[in-house]
Amino acid sequence: MRMSEILIKNANVCDPAQGINCETMDLCIRDGKIVESVSESAEVIDAAGRLTMAGGFDGHTHSAGKINVGRFMNPNDARRTLVPGLSGPEARTEKTRAQVGYNTPNTYAIGYRYAKLGYTTICEAAIPMLAARHTHEEFKEIPILDKMGLSLFGSNWQVMEYVRDKEPEKLAAYVAWGLKASRGYGVKIVNAGGGEAWGWGKNVSGLYDPVPNFDVTPAEILMGLAEANEKLQLPHSVHVHCNNLGKPGNYETTIETMKMFEKVKPTVDRQALHVTHVQFNAYAGTSWRDFETGAPMVADYLNGANHLTFDLGQVIFGPAVTMTADGPVEYANSRMLHEKWSNQDIELEDASGVVPLSYSPKSFINAVQWAIGIELALLVEDPWKIMFTTDSPNGGSFVNYPEAFTYLMSAKKREQVISGFGKMALDRMVLPGLDRELSFYELAIMTRSMQSKMYSRPEKGNLKVGSDADVAIYDIITSDIDPSVEHEKVKQAFSGAAYTLKDGNIVVKDGKIEATPMGRTYWVNAKVPADIDSAMNKDTDIKFKKYYTVSKSNYMVEDSYLPNPVEIRTEGAF
Amino acid sequence: MPVIKDAVCSLCGSLCDDITVTVEDNKITKIENACILGHSKFVGMFEHDRIETPMIRKDGELVPVPYEEAIEAAAKILVNSRRTLSYGWCSTSCEAIGKAIQLAEETGSLIDSTANVCHGPSALAAQEKGSPGASLGVIKNRADVIVFWGCNPVHAHPRHMSRYSSFSKGLFSTKGRKGRKMVVIDVRKTDTAKLADKYVEIEQGSDLLLITALRSAVNGHEDVIPETVAGISKEEILELAETLKNAQFSCIFFGMGVTQSRSKYKNGDGVSSLISDLNQHSKAVTIGMRGHYNVTGFGQVATWETGFPMAIDFSRGFPYYNPGETGANDVLVREEADAAIISAADPGAHFPQKAVRHLAKIPVIQIDPYANPTTEIADVVIPAAVVGIEAEGTAYRMDAIPIRMKKLIDTEFKTDEQITKDLITKVRELKEGA
Repeated sequence: MRMSEILIKNANVCDPAQGINCETMDLCIRDGKIVESVSESAEVIDAAGRLTMAGGFDGHTHSAGKINVGRFMNPNDARRTLVPGLSGPEARTEKTRAQVGYNTPNTYAIGYRYAKLGYTTICEAAIPMLAARHTHEEFKEIPILDKMGLSLFGSNWQVMEYVRDKEPEKLAAYVAWGLKASRGYGVKIVNAGGGEAWGWGKNVSGLYDPVPNFDVTPAEILMGLAEANEKLQLPHSVHVHCNNLGKPGNYETTIETMKMFEKVKPTVDRQALHVTHVQFNAYAGTSWRDFETGAPMVADYLNGANHLTFDLGQVIFGPAVTMTADGPVEYANSRMLHEKWSNQDIELEDASGVVPLSYSPKSFINAVQWAIGIELALLVEDPWKIMFTTDSPNGGSFVNYPEAFTYLMSAKKREQVISGFGKMALDRMVLPGLDRELSFYELAIMTRSMQSKMYSRPEKGNLKVGSDADVAIYDIITSDIDPSVEHEKVKQAFSGAAYTLKDGNIVVKDGKIEATPMGRTYWVNAKVPADIDSAMNKDTDIKFKKYYTVSKSNYMVEDSYLPNPVEIRTEGAF
Repeated sequence: MPVIKDAVCSLCGSLCDDITVTVEDNKITKIENACILGHSKFVGMFEHDRIETPMIRKDGELVPVPYEEAIEAAAKILVNSRRTLSYGWCSTSCEAIGKAIQLAEETGSLIDSTANVCHGPSALAAQEKGSPGASLGVIKNRADVIVFWGCNPVHAHPRHMSRYSSFSKGLFSTKGRKGRKMVVIDVRKTDTAKLADKYVEIEQGSDLLLITALRSAVNGHEDVIPETVAGISKEEILELAETLKNAQFSCIFFGMGVTQSRSKYKNGDGVSSLISDLNQHSKAVTIGMRGHYNVTGFGQVATWETGFPMAIDFSRGFPYYNPGETGANDVLVREEADAAIISAADPGAHFPQKAVRHLAKIPVIQIDPYANPTTEIADVVIPAAVVGIEAEGTAYRMDAIPIRMKKLIDTEFKTDEQITKDLITKVRELKEGA
């Protein structure tokens, strides 16, 4: 990192972590960090009173690994130019590699385009451990951004056996080993037990439906992994994709899952549970005929609960690509929509599938899905519980974030969209009755500040002295704009940052890429007592000897796959 | 005497990673667990026709030169070319492939892999209907019905059946071969077919007919199936459909007999559709029997770097993909390419005559450890280390599982990765000079 000083003058800072709500001040940067003051010789950026936030942090995105299946089966996506400046083919330049894509951009475009939105950190939502090298190979080719990934544990044989045999210590040791092997940052659970059931073309129907052949229930898997997560004092809580995703009536399972975690005591100062893309899990009704929003019920529960965070999984109208470790859901999608279907079950570990689709405002189901995401954001009072996502590209591509921000900030914008819906759709949602409009401050919480706490990365998502100098300056004068009316201006400004700084380097200026430094990869090395570790290893030795098709020694991701690693050590509470 | 365990065999798409190699005086003296093909690769290192030095063709003869001179000559060809074809890159590491793609991007070249004459149609099929697969260990642990269609693993992937499929044992397949039904569909009774419980001899080029008939049967439309399809009786087709429907877990492995015969990608499209239909009854998946050990890796790297798995044309500055127009053979047969850089492949031996004839007319750069027919028409020859033996790097197994290949012995030869890096540097130098 070059030794450098930058003074950002007249920044209209919105930094909820410090309670700063659009106050004009100077920001000082030295050697990639925010500092108290800089010398006279510092390079000066005049923010001219424009809105200034910490770099955005997308804590749940499919950007490395499985996304490649999406690219592979949808070459047409490469040519899509639906969002000008942030999609479609772009020739290489002196500074940038060639770019393509919309929902499934190539790796370079992912880095450049997130940076243009003022985002500087992403978390890949699903690493299949056996294929973890693949995720890291793609990470290496995503410029600018800092990266982390969540490893899949929810249908893992060793996990289910330890849960069944009531071996919580060995389970924790296995999770620590798996994170190390895959260089993961946290524990992802997708449709607990469902991936194993999908090994036989089946699914689990809820929290208490036993997993075939393993004599455990999804509830037990969730609680077991939560306990292991806390025993290891991991920086992130378990990250849960609930059972029954995408099914009418699933809001009950979602609330039941959330309730179950009330008894989990976090060992780190953060939530006990993160529930992801809740839009897909907040459906009421009993079938697609009487399908309607379940957001009010879920939001009602969330407003009374303080042990969890969640993200939206907001839908964007137009083409999207669904990709998830929830194998049975993808097969069902493909049959229902008559769409092409890719599947990749991973031995002993999990399942996955990829299906392209398109959300249309003319479909009452899609219209209600669109509304549910926004309803959740507006009905849940405390923005610190909410992370903004589209579960990119499941609900839609991340390049639509600026468009989606206007849904949250402008009732007028929402009315515009809603005016295109049919009566049936309107009857099944509560959105038309909601007039809440989020402020820049609340938006900043959902797009960067809450992630800092949620992932225990105090140096991210805020502009405190000592934090990483990841900064986004947007072409908005907050005192002169009414986002409720001027939503188009808001969208424009968020679509191409005036400046994005990464570790104090100007990477975007006036919406154009200026520099492409390589970001870091965070991974967690959790300490486990040697005797427990060795007992666990005896068990996994058998797994490799008898069932895996890759040797144990070839399973561990080598250092060379992480050119810029940050190892996060935890002590563990055994 | 160093003994290296869990070495990875860089021969076929099975990418066996349990090889034990003994090294003495920087020579491999003992190989355990490898099949005959893998064994001969490890041993052949010292027996086959290794390119011993960089060479440039002068007055019709290849003359030894230092690496630097060969790199410079190659870079000059690339800089002076207006339509370079970069081809091969499947028997090398992902790291080298990444650099090859960057080189193609910087020189506005067209880059394609050996899938052009192999499983390219499988990619097109996936683009039509998706690719419902699984990792090989899923087959090992679960499958009770295994179909080999248009492939012959006994000779092409010798350890496939013992490690991953027919003979392997796993958690739910404790009886191994005894608990499995093995079906082979082929145009001739191959050595794989001889091991099958059921051999279905199909008329050449009629795969799509049989796939369609099977789909009809699986979907309950027996009535539309004629008495004989693809040379197979209706009764036999219904029986095969029942076998698949009644399986706990079935897998169709398909090879070039499916991808390169009549109907090409439509066959793969049909297989994916059949798999989707079968899942209405029981679990089923399909996996392509990829040949070169890292042809899958080329598709992976190309897809994340350019958005496309093969046939990528950078002449517009951004990646453009239109197989049939931008495939290696397409630009050669149209006599469009005015230079070629070929690595880890042998189009001289495997391309149609018309394509080879054009290749012989244009400047050709070859990067390869071994001499082959392509060497005969190459103008610059750059020898490389053998990946998986003399160089480490990543490869993707046929089921897209990435494995790190080890370096087993030292070498003086440069790696493909280093050679492509050197070429990028030299090309930049020449461009700046101009």
